[in-house]
Amino acid sequence: MSNELPLCDHGLSRQRLRAGLRVGFSLGTASFLLAVSFGAITQSQGWAMTGALLCSMVVFSASAQFALVSTLGAGGGVASAVVAAALVNARFLPMGVSVATALRGGRLRRAAEAQAVVDGSWAAAHLGGGRFDRWVLFTASAVQWVLWVTGTVAGAVLAPSPHLQTSLGLDVVAPVMFLFLLLDAPGADRPYWTSALLGGAVAAGLSMFLPAGPALIGAACVSLVALARPLPKEDRGEAYRGHAGEQAGTEPR
Amino acid sequence: MTPWPAVVAVAALSFALKAAGPALLGERELPPRARAVIALMAPALLAGLVTVEVADEGWRTVDPALLTALTAVPLLRWFRLPMPAVLFGAAALAAAVRALTT
Repeated sequence: MSNELPLCDHGLSRQRLRAGLRVGFSLGTASFLLAVSFGAITQSQGWAMTGALLCSMVVFSASAQFALVSTLGAGGGVASAVVAAALVNARFLPMGVSVATALRGGRLRRAAEAQAVVDGSWAAAHLGGGRFDRWVLFTASAVQWVLWVTGTVAGAVLAPSPHLQTSLGLDVVAPVMFLFLLLDAPGADRPYWTSALLGGAVAAGLSMFLPAGPALIGAACVSLVALARPLPKEDRGEAYRGHAGEQAGTEPR
Repeated sequence: MTPWPAVVAVAALSFALKAAGPALLGERELPPRARAVIALMAPALLAGLVTVEVADEGWRTVDPALLTALTAVPLLRWFRLPMPAVLFGAAALAAAVRALTT
């Protein structure tokens, strides 16, 4: 028990700041170029510059924003575009639940802190065993937010070819990072890999007839197999503590 | 013309989806069963995130450049490269595959 809570309570150390910055800049570079594409697309659809800028500032989700402009661009109408973006972002519901114990304050502050949940930062901030490093989450997301918003403005102003990031191979950065973080789990045990295999299989199956958002919710539901298993030891998660802690080089906990 | 209603609606929904869990759960410590579920959520979602990227548009197309980049990840990790080097190495590989095949 004494091992558990302090993981989320550590102050902001230089190592953890560095870990968050490293993740933020790695992903943010790709985010910047993705955002340039988004900004360029909004201009081709006749959006005002302020519309593109505010959309990136408040939505801050590449997948949802691309779902929005793609659906609108295909003549899908406002309702269809909103539903498509919401389905894509549905994964943030379980992700938000998972980081709840790492956040602080009353309901409003927690709701505000939860806005730092974006795929890359969430994955990198996972310490293992369902615990998260709040400062890695915040730092990595802050860097990505700045680069995402800056990229949108650059795209809206310069309007380069939306295919720029594809030709540079930067569209593969996100899945590559997810795989890296999945594999970067020292001491991962059988339930960890079983969950990963089942999650991948369910997402693969659902992707045949559902958009990415619901397919990911299906993958997340795989974790419910934990209900059918005997309760793990309190410290079982320590076995595959990894991502942020390993990258930060923080002391063993 | 900016579709303001769509932008506002997507922003509000995104905010609510992220905020719902933390705001409703508050500081309550989750029961052990729930913690066990959350512990397995990360590998399931990470594997799912990789898969939906590969299964772009319902498996109608599979990008060989992406598959090459993903295949390279275990190899690049074997050389103990840090994450940024793996990301950019894989991106360079994907760019090379596209340059050679188009």
